[in-house]
Amino acid sequence: MTAALVLGALLAAAAVLLVALPYLREPRAPDDTLEQPGELERRQLELAEARDRALAALKELEFDHRTGKVSDEDYRALVGPLRREAAAALRALEPRAEVDARVRNRV
Amino acid sequence: MPELGRAALVVTLGLSLYAVVAGAYAARYRRRRLALSAQNALLGAFGATLVASALLLAALVRNDFSFVYAAAHTSRDLPTGYTISAFWGGQEGSLLLWLLILTGYAATAVLLNRRSARDIVVWVVPVLGGVAVFFAFLLVAVASPFATQAAPLDGRGLNPSLQNPYMMAHPPLLYLGFVGLTVPFAFAVGAMLARRSDERWIVATRRWTLVAWTSLGIGQLLGAHWAYEEVGWGGYYAWDPVENAALMPWLAATAFLHSVMIQEKRGMLKVWNVLLVLLAFSLSLFGTFLTRSGIVSSIHSFTQSSIGPWFLAFICIVVLGSLALLFARLPLLRAQTRLESLVSREATFLYNNLLLVALTLTILWGVAYPILHELVYGEQRLVGQGYYNFFVRVFGLPLLLLMGIGPLVAWRRASLRGLALTFAWPLGVAVATGLLLLPFGAGSSIPGLIAYSFAAFVLASIALEFARGTRARRALSGGSWPRAFSDLVARNRRRYGGYVVHAAVVLLAIGVAGSSAYDTVSERQLARGEALAVGDYRLTYERLEEREAANATEVRAHLRVERDGEELGTVAAGKNAYAAERQVTNEVGIRSDLATGEDLFVIAEQVNADGTVYFRVFVKPLVNLIWLAGLVFLLGAVVALWPDAREQRRLAVRYARAGVAQET
Repeated sequence: MTAALVLGALLAAAAVLLVALPYLREPRAPDDTLEQPGELERRQLELAEARDRALAALKELEFDHRTGKVSDEDYRALVGPLRREAAAALRALEPRAEVDARVRNRV
Repeated sequence: MPELGRAALVVTLGLSLYAVVAGAYAARYRRRRLALSAQNALLGAFGATLVASALLLAALVRNDFSFVYAAAHTSRDLPTGYTISAFWGGQEGSLLLWLLILTGYAATAVLLNRRSARDIVVWVVPVLGGVAVFFAFLLVAVASPFATQAAPLDGRGLNPSLQNPYMMAHPPLLYLGFVGLTVPFAFAVGAMLARRSDERWIVATRRWTLVAWTSLGIGQLLGAHWAYEEVGWGGYYAWDPVENAALMPWLAATAFLHSVMIQEKRGMLKVWNVLLVLLAFSLSLFGTFLTRSGIVSSIHSFTQSSIGPWFLAFICIVVLGSLALLFARLPLLRAQTRLESLVSREATFLYNNLLLVALTLTILWGVAYPILHELVYGEQRLVGQGYYNFFVRVFGLPLLLLMGIGPLVAWRRASLRGLALTFAWPLGVAVATGLLLLPFGAGSSIPGLIAYSFAAFVLASIALEFARGTRARRALSGGSWPRAFSDLVARNRRRYGGYVVHAAVVLLAIGVAGSSAYDTVSERQLARGEALAVGDYRLTYERLEEREAANATEVRAHLRVERDGEELGTVAAGKNAYAAERQVTNEVGIRSDLATGEDLFVIAEQVNADGTVYFRVFVKPLVNLIWLAGLVFLLGAVVALWPDAREQRRLAVRYARAGVAQET
């Protein structure tokens, strides 16, 4: 009984220590604000998702055409809009890439 | 040390509660250290639950009958394997297993995703903590596995029907599945709370859903095999509410695994995907509620159950709370694109989803109806197997067909001319199969014949996909055929793993159709030396034997088996009498022919004092394909789950460039 109580107390102490760990490691954090993606990062992510989606669709269409699953007629009808979609997605992401390049050049 | 066990569970409850309160505060007011502290609380909750579980397991293995749970579910002569499986043989142990898996999953999911989806994970922590609080509360205050008593000399033993090797794996696998669905639920709710509509919650939970879904699938097959061997009525699935409890979340998760691809490929169905995740998780809670509350036997046992009302209240909170949140976030989840054509891959996925959800809700109604009827009219009205069998044909056969159609149709849209070219081979194979089977008597069951033709169609379309893909890959990169094949699979594991799973479902459908639509049965009482004929078999009852096993008296009737005059050996069926548990069980005899997939299934219904035995004998064609389907299913799931380094790199670059991933 006593041993169980001691072990129980130790377990509780370990739990308290674990949850207090971030505060013990940084008792006076200069900045305790949780970093979160801002509007710009979220927009960038959405654009990157759209770009990856368009490129993957294009790649899949090419492969399906090669396997014979997509006929020549269907391929011709689908490839144009998909290419335009992919190009638009890439263009939308470009300004950020240019900014990055400028920053890199300055550094 | 029951006190330490109780203390460990109290610590788990405290830590989970802290994860909810501190986690929600940190997420709302963007407190970094507090968010980390709440994440640590979840890790600690897993550690404390592990301590509690180790203590209960030790009590079971040491036959410490001062633990009420150990005395109620084990006995001194129970073999060690079953002593360990007694951990999940009763209510309190099952709940502890739920909590152990939940906290383990929660800790792992948070650790794996706190860099790439940190703004979502801060909200996931309180959601996972909330579910853990519920189970920890039940274990601390309502159904403690650490209740003690003055130790009796021996325990009451484990329910004999649970003393089967399949029962050592079936419940933990089901729990891995039920609990695993908590992770996608928590990420979906976390993303909505964080007001994020990007795909990170889907990327983060894809593997969790696959793991949960695979565990549920394999767990159900093991359960079906257990029922086949142990329950002794000649079948493997009886549409029992407890069986349906595992099937419903599996079907909802199957729908999600398909529809999530539409969101990834086309940015559509965001609301629908969240709904499916909520449905799958709610059904997994409902499944645990069904098996643990006693509501299946009657409303009265539910009201007397210690945990039933708590469970019902929790399910209501989860369903209403998450639906309210979804409603509030509807503008955020608007689709970016629209369905271009009703003849496209995404459209077939949509049809598949509608059928899967319709089947799920039909089964849910079949489970709920007797309960609601009893609630309103005071007496239960059971839903028979006919109801389920009818709807399985109505929804299941088109689903089977769609499994063959889907892979052949391109994304976005396909012309009818293009489709005709693609469908020619599989369609030809399906028609030829149907025609070929007719002379063999397959026409005696029209649904069976349709199922076989559809199965041939699906297998042909899968084979075509692999063959065309390998040929195209070889043309692109050269090399040998095996190299081209492995390249093909490695470049799109989810797609080709999915096809292997489809092949498993086809094997399952063939096995179910064969063993249920074309089985033969014969029954009669035999004295020694008398014979019984069933199908092509002739069974002669030779002798009755009795022997003492570790914890039971076994009686076996031995029958000589002949087929078309050729002697095939013997099969034994009988009964086991368990002294500690005071129960008698049916022990069936099964002779499997692995070449044809057929089983000869013998039940000794009644063993009489004069040595005569009443036998019921089934011939079940193709039934072994059902168990083979389990292996193929596992293979497909492993292929789909296998980490894809190329995709991980692509995602890492995407998150880093967008500035949403934390620096390592």
